[in-house]
Amino acid sequence: MDDMKITSVQYNIFEGKNTSIRATIDGIEMSVPLDPANRHYAEILRQVEAGTLVMAEAN
Amino acid sequence: MSKARGLADLGNVYDDGALSNRNLIINGAMQVAQRGTSATTFSYGTVDRFKPTEGDTSSLAITQTQDTNAPSGFSNSLKITVTTAETMSGEKNLAVFHAMEAQNLQQLGYGTSEAQSITVSFWVKSSVTGAYCLSLYENDDNRNIGATYTINSANTWEYKTITFPPDTVGVIDNNNGTGLETYFFLSVGPDRKTTNNTSWATWSAARFGYGQVADVAGTTNATWQITGVQLEVGDTATPFEHRSYGQELALCQRYYQMMADTRSGSTRGSLIGTSFKYATSTFTFAHLPVEMRSIPTLVKGFSGSTALRVLMAGATANFSALAIDPDTTTTMVRLNSTSSTVSSAPNGSGGWMRINGDESYVALDAEL
Repeated sequence: MDDMKITSVQYNIFEGKNTSIRATIDGIEMSVPLDPANRHYAEILRQVEAGTLVMAEAN
Repeated sequence: MSKARGLADLGNVYDDGALSNRNLIINGAMQVAQRGTSATTFSYGTVDRFKPTEGDTSSLAITQTQDTNAPSGFSNSLKITVTTAETMSGEKNLAVFHAMEAQNLQQLGYGTSEAQSITVSFWVKSSVTGAYCLSLYENDDNRNIGATYTINSANTWEYKTITFPPDTVGVIDNNNGTGLETYFFLSVGPDRKTTNNTSWATWSAARFGYGQVADVAGTTNATWQITGVQLEVGDTATPFEHRSYGQELALCQRYYQMMADTRSGSTRGSLIGTSFKYATSTFTFAHLPVEMRSIPTLVKGFSGSTALRVLMAGATANFSALAIDPDTTTTMVRLNSTSSTVSSAPNGSGGWMRINGDESYVALDAEL
């Protein structure tokens, strides 16, 4: 019901594994945990699946 | 309210099962504003737990403030001021949103024959008179109900109460997800109010803002303010249940915690946590004063390559990269930063991390 404005997403890699997502949400940079109960992670997954958001390659 | 009426209302409340902890709304008196006192975003920006939200708008702009103008008995309100007006066509809308955690709503008995009525009461003031819609949304079963209230006099605090019938169909799951969302609509486009919503039913866009006539978003400099929001079990609105600032802050911190804040006027200081070095990484830990609802998002209210500083034996490093670590829990946060400038410190060196400069903050977000 509550749309977030997510303008960039990119996996953060630490010791060879995806550990979090770096994202700009509602104009603020955030580090999002890979936890389905986290509203930001759930919304990123929803928008990526819907094709309205593209996850950038990890650095 | 007369003493006799007050006692009668309390009797009704006793029948409904609560004399204390009646108010299921957190920060209903708008006391706590961890993020700041003014913002221009359609997101959590000022008072905790209350979020201005818009749908499908293009040019609409607002300012949200924690205002000191409030009715007698209150010190604060949330004020929305339209800075760029927009006509609400189609499904466009503007609302103020408050979400409640599902496991805190089990006493409502929703989805059973024993389901309870709920009553919402609040103080409201606006430059725009007319009919407004208050809509409830049940997240787990995608259901909603709405009702209207009327602002009779412009720029005058008015007390409103609305009782909603019980929902014997929709179940609120017993978990840490969203149980019930409240939407105080300020403006609603025509396609969001064509279907009657005055009884519980499956949500649809057409019934979400039914009954809304007043249009705050359509006028630049129009204002809408609210405080004293209470949602309680039963069909009676009782006097607002005031909580101390400390109690209210702790309730808010389950959803958002400011870890460090050097912005003007902040008293929280710059310390983020204790750190140790491993290889080219710095791990920083902090135990949280209140268990958060879920594993939190790290909110990085800083910028620039020297925004953060780690001080440890043999190394002082400025950097900007900081990420939440998978070992973070709801009670302890672990942050990772990779910085070659701490490489001169031996592995295992201890120290601390802090914000390096003014006008920055680091926070944790576990909002619904």
